[in-house]
Amino acid sequence: MLSLLGVGVLLAGLVARRNPLLVVTAAALVAGLAGGIAPLRLLAAFGKAFNDARYISIAFLILPVIGLLERSGLQVEARSAVARLKALTVGRLLLAYFALRQLTTALGLLSLGGQATMVRPLIAPMAEGVAESRLGPGDPDRAALIRAHAAAVDNIGAFFGEDIFVALGSVLLIQAVLQQNHIAEAPLRIAFWAIPTAVVAFAVHAARLLWLDRTLAKGARRP
Amino acid sequence: MIGVGVAYAVAGTLFAAIAAFTAADRAHPKRWRNTGFWGLLAVSFLFGDRLGDIGNGVLVLGLVLIGGIGGLGLSQPPTTTGAEREALAARFGARLFLPVLLVPLTTLAGSFAFKAIRLGGHPLVDPAQVTVVSLALGVVLALIAAMAMLRPPAAAPIQEARRLLDSVGWAAILPQLLAALGAVFALAGVGRAVGALIGPWLPLDVRFAVVAAYGIGMMLFTLIMGNAFAALPVMVAALGAPLLIGRFGGDAAAIGALGMLCGYCGTLMTPMAAHNIVPAALLNLSPGAVIRVQAPTALTVLLANLALMEALAFRHGAP
Repeated sequence: MLSLLGVGVLLAGLVARRNPLLVVTAAALVAGLAGGIAPLRLLAAFGKAFNDARYISIAFLILPVIGLLERSGLQVEARSAVARLKALTVGRLLLAYFALRQLTTALGLLSLGGQATMVRPLIAPMAEGVAESRLGPGDPDRAALIRAHAAAVDNIGAFFGEDIFVALGSVLLIQAVLQQNHIAEAPLRIAFWAIPTAVVAFAVHAARLLWLDRTLAKGARRP
Repeated sequence: MIGVGVAYAVAGTLFAAIAAFTAADRAHPKRWRNTGFWGLLAVSFLFGDRLGDIGNGVLVLGLVLIGGIGGLGLSQPPTTTGAEREALAARFGARLFLPVLLVPLTTLAGSFAFKAIRLGGHPLVDPAQVTVVSLALGVVLALIAAMAMLRPPAAAPIQEARRLLDSVGWAAILPQLLAALGAVFALAGVGRAVGALIGPWLPLDVRFAVVAAYGIGMMLFTLIMGNAFAALPVMVAALGAPLLIGRFGGDAAAIGALGMLCGYCGTLMTPMAAHNIVPAALLNLSPGAVIRVQAPTALTVLLANLALMEALAFRHGAP
């Protein structure tokens, strides 16, 4: 029971906004010591667990390729592809980006989108621009709602796309956790089981984006 | 037999090259800190299996202290200007997407093809690790294709990788560290403690009650910890493996995948997650504004996950 102190340390550290590397390490040490593991054995267990989890950081292998393409204009090209999305409404513009984001993430291309690379410079201003031209000038609340929706499509698309790609950290982590419980599973089967949820998440959020158009139109008609 | 060690060697060489370029970069604001951090990571990937468990433990503490206290700095390696990028994008156009697409294609094709290739009765690639080996192969092929197409300076791949890795900074090792935390939690009995805490409140012989406790528990744990990676080992040890897979005979791949996806529903709703803090800061919003928009989808998907698990994970003869 005492090992739950580790969860408490984690929560307290994150609420106090301390550096997450320090908080996570402190939580592991507290949970281990409180759970009755001797200090040296705990250090060894933490080191072994970190070493065994290296597959998660394998994702960085792609950085030279992405960097090389970026220096040759990959983002310029991705932005002009997104800018060509000719959408008549805020909801449909966000829906198009949402679909692209989920699809490319499912192909393992998590780093093509993102809040800093796509949403802030491109999707959010485009969505606000469409609202201005379609619905006329709005109040700051409407602009904030639209920006929040722009951030949300990037997150939701990425989260429910990434588990479909077999070689990203999350699928490999699931495989490793099952392994720790003496169950062997292939990444392909784990990735397969992420597909139904991906379809549901797409349908639910797509419907909400189309609903957003109705909400925005109603707000515009209000005197 | 080729195993995951090959992929680790490639990654270790990349980190080592980045550390070496950092050490040679006199203009770097935190030259030796970054050199030490990426250097230690290189040691972990190249020699981790030969360091021993305590050696690895010391290595992790070194990474955490360098990255956690004082932090890392941003490098500014030579790269192209905005105008040059516009010109190159106009020249290459959509062809720029082709090299990156080689990665998923090779990964998928390799995952199937390597299983069939055998040398002298042994599989060429360790069947348990075909995915990661195929990914590494895909990246190497993509790099060759990109170099052939773009003809950049020879040092460009390393310099560009260094620019990107520095911009990720200490957070680069956070997912791996969280997975290690989950493993230590499981070892320390956090999973059993959670199981013992909720056991008395739960009708353990009613399958859907356990399904709901597992899925909602993943969401709540992620809500608290800000990340599903540390929550999964705890909830699988508490309820997933012993009850859903062990007692009720659930499909392990389905229980694992759907559990993680329930955790993601928590990530979408927690102010602890960088995924919600970063866009709020970038877009001049409160984190609550992003979470309010995400919550209805997250809660609906959570319910759908519970229904999918109950309906599909316990069918015999599932794929």
